[in-house]
Amino acid sequence: MKLVEHFKDGLDAPICLTWELTYACNLTCEHCLSSSGRRDPGELSTAECKAVIDELQRMQVFYVNIGGGEPTVRPDFWELLDYAVSHDVGVKFSTNGVRLTPERARRLAAMDYVDVQISLDGATAEVNDAVRGPGSYVMAMNAMANLADAGFTGFKISVVMTRHNIAQLDEFKAIADRFGAQLRITRLRPSGRGADVWDELHPLPEQQRELYDWLVDNGENVLTGDSFFHLNALGSTPLPGLNLCGAGRVVCLIDPVGDVYACPFAIHDEFLAGNIRSPGGFEHVWRESELFAELRSPQTGGACTSCSAYDSCQGGCMAAKFFTGLPLDGPDPECVKGNAEPALAAVGAGTAPKPDKDHSRTAYRRPVPLGMPTARTPDRACDTSPLAGLP
Amino acid sequence: MFDPALPYELTPSVSVRPEPFGALVYDFVSRRLSFLKTPLLVSVVRELAEQPDALAALTAAEVPDKARSSYLDALAGLAAAGTIRCREETR
Repeated sequence: MKLVEHFKDGLDAPICLTWELTYACNLTCEHCLSSSGRRDPGELSTAECKAVIDELQRMQVFYVNIGGGEPTVRPDFWELLDYAVSHDVGVKFSTNGVRLTPERARRLAAMDYVDVQISLDGATAEVNDAVRGPGSYVMAMNAMANLADAGFTGFKISVVMTRHNIAQLDEFKAIADRFGAQLRITRLRPSGRGADVWDELHPLPEQQRELYDWLVDNGENVLTGDSFFHLNALGSTPLPGLNLCGAGRVVCLIDPVGDVYACPFAIHDEFLAGNIRSPGGFEHVWRESELFAELRSPQTGGACTSCSAYDSCQGGCMAAKFFTGLPLDGPDPECVKGNAEPALAAVGAGTAPKPDKDHSRTAYRRPVPLGMPTARTPDRACDTSPLAGLP
Repeated sequence: MFDPALPYELTPSVSVRPEPFGALVYDFVSRRLSFLKTPLLVSVVRELAEQPDALAALTAAEVPDKARSSYLDALAGLAAAGTIRCREETR
């Protein structure tokens, strides 16, 4: 049996665990997968986070991907980072760069077992800030410069691919090379606030081809989080990676209040496996959840079974299907064979499941078109930044 | 170059997590994740540090005669990837 077949049955512990430490965020990205903005009052305490790290150490989860929200705005973030790496749990954390001062960059560069991932969704301020908000490009570039100046090599630059930045792939690569960093590109999902902008931002069919061709040419040195396997049907060269949906099998998400979801793109009751605060903790959820057992059972291709490309695309992304109102055993909304078009046309307006855990700030406004200034003013005087009062 | 007549051990920065198919292997320094694809290979790797040479580790783990050459190939691959290392020079 091939190794990847074993992965379908699930593992004793996840390989790739994402842990979102807070829903608080200084930015309001249009496509935020976790609808972040406001801190949740039920957020795990420092002691509870340390107990999770202890458990991950026992389970030999070698590393976690920490995100948010913006994880570094938690006052105990650096303490938790130190705690994890001193307990054999390596950390890669995602940040928009807000706290990456020159001094902090120097301290990070001196740490083993820590990797940093800076989010950047445009190779130019114009493209980036239209999605991530005004000033976010400069903030990310400053953070990268601080890391590079501190001698932190090989940090990651993480880009969500959209209609507006696929043409910038070579520029992203050049930015990564300039900072001695590694480029990571991932797929836009209609998750969280991404559901609101999916129709405007997801790549057009000809751009999917452009992306696939670029990955075939440059993929060896570019990370993808295995997120583009739905493109494999475009050609005979399989993209590097497991080519499988890892949700609940090798991947899962712990959210800021301890809820465990099948994957970071599936924050919805439908994919909620349990909570780490219940008896047995995370290990019990991972090993005993009925949802995960179901995801690890043999899956049928449904309407896709008869398609010649099914072996290469595996039906695509579960979360992308769910949040566009498609059946989970049918084609991906971005099916490269165009098989999703009839199914998408049949989804009634407003009937696709809505992301149901919104932590957006109430000042959040609907997108501003590319090239327009993104100005957001609070609706009311009390809509202050979630960072107010934090050190 | 892997030599089965020499003593080997797991590289100190590497951790092994048993799984039904064999084991996950993670190197905390290079941050590389790899796999031991059979439980028997996990036993062989665990025996390395206890045995005078790699061949003895195969014997101690009871690798069948007809499989020995493929397990030596696997060990050579692990040595090339830095998962195991020769322990002679560290004694």
